[in-house]
Amino acid sequence: MKIGKDLRRRWADYGFMLAFIVLILIASSAANVFFTQRNFSNVSSQIVANGLISLGMLIVILTGGIDLSVGPVVALTGIMAAGFQEHIYLPLAVMGALLVGLLAGVINGFLVARLKLQPFIATLATMSMYRGAVYVYSEIPITPSNPAFRAHLGGAFFGPIPVLVIIMLICYPLAWVFLNRTTFGRATVAIGGNEKAVRLAGINVAGHITLAYIICSFFASIAGILVASRIGYAQPSVGAGYELDAIAAVVIGGGILGGGGGSVVGTLGGVLLLGLINNLLNLFNVQSYYQQIFKGLIIVIAVLARRKQQ
Amino acid sequence: MENMAYLQMQEISKSFGGTQALREVNFSATLGEVHAIVGENGAGKSTLMNILAGALLPDTGETLIAGKMVKLDTPHQAFNLGIRTVYQEFSLIPHLTVTENILLGQMPASKMKWWVDWAGAYRRAEEIFQELNFTDINVRTPVSHLSVSHQQMVEIAKALAQKPSILVLDEPSAVLSAKELDRLFALMQKLKREATLILYISHRLDEVFKVADRITVLRDGELVGTVNTPETDQRQLIKMMVGRTVDEIYPHRHTQPGEIILTVKELRREGAFTDISFSLARGEILGLFGLVGSGRTEVARSIFSAEPPTAGEIRLAGEVIRSKSPYAALNAGIALLTEDRKQDGLVMSCSIRDNAGLATMPQVSRWGFLNRRQQDTQVQSKVEELHIRPAKIPIGQLVRTLSGGNQQKVVLAKWLLSQAKVLILDEPTRGVDVGAKVDIYHIINDMAARGVGILFISSELPEILGMSDRILVMREGRLVGEFNRTQASEEKLLACAAGVAE
Repeated sequence: MKIGKDLRRRWADYGFMLAFIVLILIASSAANVFFTQRNFSNVSSQIVANGLISLGMLIVILTGGIDLSVGPVVALTGIMAAGFQEHIYLPLAVMGALLVGLLAGVINGFLVARLKLQPFIATLATMSMYRGAVYVYSEIPITPSNPAFRAHLGGAFFGPIPVLVIIMLICYPLAWVFLNRTTFGRATVAIGGNEKAVRLAGINVAGHITLAYIICSFFASIAGILVASRIGYAQPSVGAGYELDAIAAVVIGGGILGGGGGSVVGTLGGVLLLGLINNLLNLFNVQSYYQQIFKGLIIVIAVLARRKQQ
Repeated sequence: MENMAYLQMQEISKSFGGTQALREVNFSATLGEVHAIVGENGAGKSTLMNILAGALLPDTGETLIAGKMVKLDTPHQAFNLGIRTVYQEFSLIPHLTVTENILLGQMPASKMKWWVDWAGAYRRAEEIFQELNFTDINVRTPVSHLSVSHQQMVEIAKALAQKPSILVLDEPSAVLSAKELDRLFALMQKLKREATLILYISHRLDEVFKVADRITVLRDGELVGTVNTPETDQRQLIKMMVGRTVDEIYPHRHTQPGEIILTVKELRREGAFTDISFSLARGEILGLFGLVGSGRTEVARSIFSAEPPTAGEIRLAGEVIRSKSPYAALNAGIALLTEDRKQDGLVMSCSIRDNAGLATMPQVSRWGFLNRRQQDTQVQSKVEELHIRPAKIPIGQLVRTLSGGNQQKVVLAKWLLSQAKVLILDEPTRGVDVGAKVDIYHIINDMAARGVGILFISSELPEILGMSDRILVMREGRLVGEFNRTQASEEKLLACAAGVAE
């Protein structure tokens, strides 16, 4: 009886798990390269960028906002890390790039929380500004001369697992703890539900919103550096459309634009589902335009399934 | 009432999941009467009215109008049968004009079909308002520019735009001032003469006695009875509503107010209130009474720095408070329970735990990390103390799923957990049924007994008289009177608040 009730309440979640298993079964039976370690590390590396950006996006969406500027932040931090390491010690170059990413988040947070711009408008504006800044810094791709740039991050392995996957897998529990076990996280979740009530509960709402945008930019910055170091060079054009993939992952995982819904576990599910489907379609040599059609369909189905659940 | 029942709802039952919301209810009413429907929260009033409005389908039972069985499967069918409902939540579109809202879906078109005949539309809207005697509303203003009470009037006008035969008013008085309420009552008399059936749902028994010809009482989904208003009194009605007599609604209290804890001196906020000075002692319950628009809520919000005052001084335990935000005010030791729990009080998408614990997270955390066990213990104890029902409700449950009365208790729990020295309660029992009210009164008294200074704002006279040690009265943004518990009476307070000499 209890199981039946639980099943009815959460059938969308079980549905997703079932979809996963079916997809993996199809993959392993049809394409024998799927279960190879090479493909595995390929897929996982590919989803790392979206995995990190989606986490940040989740936190911003939970406050009732949105961050469209993550794509350019990815490009900005990647290219700056690659550029800085020509002049300074590599770890310092990476830190410098991360700081630039944090600054981007501070600007977003300031525009939204202090100047009260609508998040969509504010980050649409900074999206354009940050992309411009990337090209001002370098119009052409930068290939770092230091081999450690690739060897120690994007190309590194810990046993059979790529290091960047480990970085992502560490970030997820951290984000869960942040959102569920800290005063900051609980207030952030509540802000998206009813900002006024949170303010009147004596909580510094503007500060919390600012922090959410900083965290979001920070995750995008880590993604930027990992993306550049995985390919071995930094491209100024990278990151176009990344914001949409991240929003899609959050929404598939039960996130509600405007706040009031969304979870770390759900977002991870969304990221994995999108990544897995991309990989499958790649293995079956499906043209990338069809992949886009598929992605759109999945978003619609996922959101409808969630709504039915409520 | 000699004529035959125009509306008959027979053997109506409805359940949601496991709970029986209505059980074989037989309800009837005639044209040309004001029929009040009363009952505690969750008694089934709204469910019954939603079935009448076609918004809900009953599990069993049927509805007859003028002796004929009717289908009420959709709101549209109810609309076509001349049934109009004015809900507590507005259905107005804020950025459209009053005219567009009233004539929504039936805007007059010019000869060339696809153009709106604006002049005609405004004329029609003005006619409607003239007929209703609501002439101070400009039909060309966007609804969002109107006050809440005027929005309520527009909502009523919208329902009356095409002469309904049955008008359902769900708690219409909650946002109306006394003057507007009088106009609404006058309008209801007029509609009665025009042979409209008015179903009036209200928590306020004094109102019900003023306007209703008959009163139907629901309790736990069952119809307890229908009585003729002149043949009953409030005591009997309360007994029917709660199934027991509430002899002691306002518990006795023997407290000696201690030293002064809060002093407010010449507080002013442009456009809201001016020259407000008073003091509050530890353990004292200070009532603040005023009609809607008198500025009492604004004073409360200013003391809590939700909207900081433009001039004046607030002292807490002798020290001047210079807070500019609720954050600072709460740290200083002032807490405010806001009057509108949906807008300002609760995060509907969060759990009981998150809502009740929202203002006190720093108390149960270290380095920003929450001690969930400690928080759960605290919240759990308040949930039990306040009798949040059902008993043993998991505190992880979303507040959205709770009834209005239980939601209000969650808001109360939030502020009871705060260790505030001054607690401002703005309409703490709004929308709460009689049984829950008594629980809340006891809790407020306990707080006072523990030495908290309480500023108690209410628009319900019996409540403010029963609870307060002293009562301040506001009118048009100024303090106009102060009464001791022994001197005060309903008549005196009302006369003072309305500016009428006795």
